[in-house]
Amino acid sequence: MGSIAVVDYGMGNLRSVAKALEHVAPDARIVVTSEAGEIAQADRVVFPGVGAMPDCMRELEVRGLRQVLVEAAQTKPFLGICLGMQALFEFSEEGNVAGLDVLPGKVRLFPREAMHDTQGQRLKVPHIGWNEVHQAVAHPLWNGIANGARFYFVHSYYVEAGNPELVAAFTHYPFAFACAVARNNIFAVQFHPEKSQAAGLKLLANFAEWDGTAPNSI
Amino acid sequence: MGLAKRIIPCLDVTDGRVVKGVNFVALRDAGDPVEIARRYDEQGADELTFLDITASSDNRGLILHIIEEVAAQVFIPLTVGGGVRAVDDVRRLLNAGADKVGINTAAVTNPQLVADASSRFGSQCIVVAIDAKQVSAAGEPLRWHVFTHGGRKDTGLDAVAWAEKMEQMGAGEILLTSMDRDGTKIGFNLDLTRAVADAVGIPVIASGGVGNLDHLVDGVLKGHADAVLAASIFHYGEYSVEQAKRYMAQHGIEVRL
Repeated sequence: MGSIAVVDYGMGNLRSVAKALEHVAPDARIVVTSEAGEIAQADRVVFPGVGAMPDCMRELEVRGLRQVLVEAAQTKPFLGICLGMQALFEFSEEGNVAGLDVLPGKVRLFPREAMHDTQGQRLKVPHIGWNEVHQAVAHPLWNGIANGARFYFVHSYYVEAGNPELVAAFTHYPFAFACAVARNNIFAVQFHPEKSQAAGLKLLANFAEWDGTAPNSI
Repeated sequence: MGLAKRIIPCLDVTDGRVVKGVNFVALRDAGDPVEIARRYDEQGADELTFLDITASSDNRGLILHIIEEVAAQVFIPLTVGGGVRAVDDVRRLLNAGADKVGINTAAVTNPQLVADASSRFGSQCIVVAIDAKQVSAAGEPLRWHVFTHGGRKDTGLDAVAWAEKMEQMGAGEILLTSMDRDGTKIGFNLDLTRAVADAVGIPVIASGGVGNLDHLVDGVLKGHADAVLAASIFHYGEYSVEQAKRYMAQHGIEVRL
């Protein structure tokens, strides 16, 4: 099973991510690290994160992690979670900062004027809670997870993918947005698998066994 | 189908044990926090909230160990509040495995803490807890004040205006407790819940007074709450979380089953 590096750049719930990985992959070596060398050597990389995008990008620069992350995202099984998904894109409206530009697309704030359901009820932002994840492609990371299974979300910004073929799943709030994207060895999710009980643990278990190949090679 | 309304069992923890009081006093032991957390997770709880009501400062560190232990076994969101006074307290709780941190008294004494903590860790993990008590006399338009120090001190602040201010300061969520109802089992204060939930654009968790499953339904349908929090109906085995969710679903509320 090898090693899984959980990238530590001072942004939030690494412990939860590491604990969940230890739970589903007891034979893997889970390393929480901010060392570029350890990330480069790991067999798999998890790029988690909660918090604000400008801090995220600044911390990556300060810690000298930009290059090793971009390389990892091109070469080995790579899982972005929440802010770790958003940071893979070109640009974020949160603080108007550039991202790592690994994937085409932009990160947008939920538009206040659109936030109501079909009955006219106001929808709150942040989008907090369990929402349905509708799978758009067959992918090894969806193995054993029901289409429409609920995962836990907590975010105010969402990814607008620059290429519709990137979208691996979508969620409605109140419009359909990309809650998961996939390209080759990259899989990235807006929701928190480490906090999504059985379905989330299954996704992490799938990642721990994934060889990094995907049906949709773009 | 979209976002589910959440059911959140609440564990009041003092000196390493879960307890429950009535109107914030008369505590009764309800068991081991880790064991109880695991039980609620198995029953399908959407989140868990821990309120550290430890009186003695010697035992403050206990909550960190409890959260560490729960976070290693229970993979749903954990909110922890009680005694949070500084950005460093927030950091310690998040590092221990909390996903969200509740700020109550310190938000009143130092509102800048809410702004500092949310800009450092993100609004999504800052929950401002408001303990509100009705202050209007019979026949007057309804008014509620924010109380602090475990409900002993009237701040003179209007609860609805305070919730709006906390949203502006960067709170990601409001945990709203009716002190008049807490522990009474006669239901949420629905006027208060609706007044706050309709005033802010962030989610509101209703708390205080749940005695049966209709109260949970009312909190969502009449109180407009995004999530409902309850303690004693779950602690003493009157209802399971799963029963509560099925009941809410039967009443047309979207829940995670």
